[in-house]
Amino acid sequence: MERQVLVVFPHPDDEAFGVAGTILSHTQNGTPVTYACLTLGEMGRNMGRPLIANRETLPEIRLKELNEACRLLGIKDLRRFGMRDKTIEFTDEALLVNRMSELIDDVNPSLIITFYPGYAVHPDHNSTAAAVIQAVQKMKPEERPTVHALAFSEGCEEEIGEPDIVHDVSAYADQKIKVVEAHESQTAGIIEMMKQRFLENDETMKDRINTERFWTYPVDNG
Amino acid sequence: MKPIDRQQVQQTIDQLAGKELYIHLETTNGAYASHKNQSFFSAGAFLRNAKIQYVQGKLTGEGPFRLGLEMESGWAYAEGLTDWEIDDSHQVLLAGHDHDGKLAIAFQLSEKPFRK
Repeated sequence: MERQVLVVFPHPDDEAFGVAGTILSHTQNGTPVTYACLTLGEMGRNMGRPLIANRETLPEIRLKELNEACRLLGIKDLRRFGMRDKTIEFTDEALLVNRMSELIDDVNPSLIITFYPGYAVHPDHNSTAAAVIQAVQKMKPEERPTVHALAFSEGCEEEIGEPDIVHDVSAYADQKIKVVEAHESQTAGIIEMMKQRFLENDETMKDRINTERFWTYPVDNG
Repeated sequence: MKPIDRQQVQQTIDQLAGKELYIHLETTNGAYASHKNQSFFSAGAFLRNAKIQYVQGKLTGEGPFRLGLEMESGWAYAEGLTDWEIDDSHQVLLAGHDHDGKLAIAFQLSEKPFRK
């Protein structure tokens, strides 16, 4: 059992799809989970049908959705970095790594969950994770938390192998779907299809909801 | 937002001519476009809070619409615009949404800077 978990992702809803079941397993075990969310997903494209948002109102809507998702996940400590969606890779890297170091010092996690740098498709995912890894690598080896990384780029397993952490989170499936649903502005278009396929025992969808996979990041090799 | 009313947008563009304005101009096909379809060539651009002052501007097309602003020494142009509104902060927001309600382009003008 973990002492304290730190989740670091750039966008509201990053914590929903491949991680929510794992987060729920920690919070329902009594393990505190801190979620550092770097942006408010200001550049999200889904504006609803009919339109419920525009470029200027989307951040407020996504903040409300993020707060609700955290409530559903049992996350009581949400840290926001106030950065802008799609700009993480262009920000001052040393400053970002410093912020990650301060965050890790403050939260003192036994486990960090983030993306796998280079294998997480969105440039924000990759650069957020790279900053986390650099911050961890600056720590003394004996003080470093474990890092579980999420990869999903095409063909990633051919390069980094198969995930070594496979969580059966089927006990949290219903709650996980509610978390995805909480990010309504971004998921309203797919949630009914997801629920339907899950109820119809569609294997791919069942696997996506019930199983979460991570790679223990080889921090000590860097 | 609501579907573009050509006449109302044109009036608004006329009223803002000659003023010093902040512009937000963005095109995007989403960060996952190439992930979902490897043959898709993903491109996008984003410019927020650049200053602009135009001499005259025109909204054209039958919808989706095109907007072109002629500046003293250049042009600003966007196509694929479908919806618009003037929000509570008097910011003029124009956007193009695809059939799924996904934003594909945004073209916004404001006398005050947009939030960073």
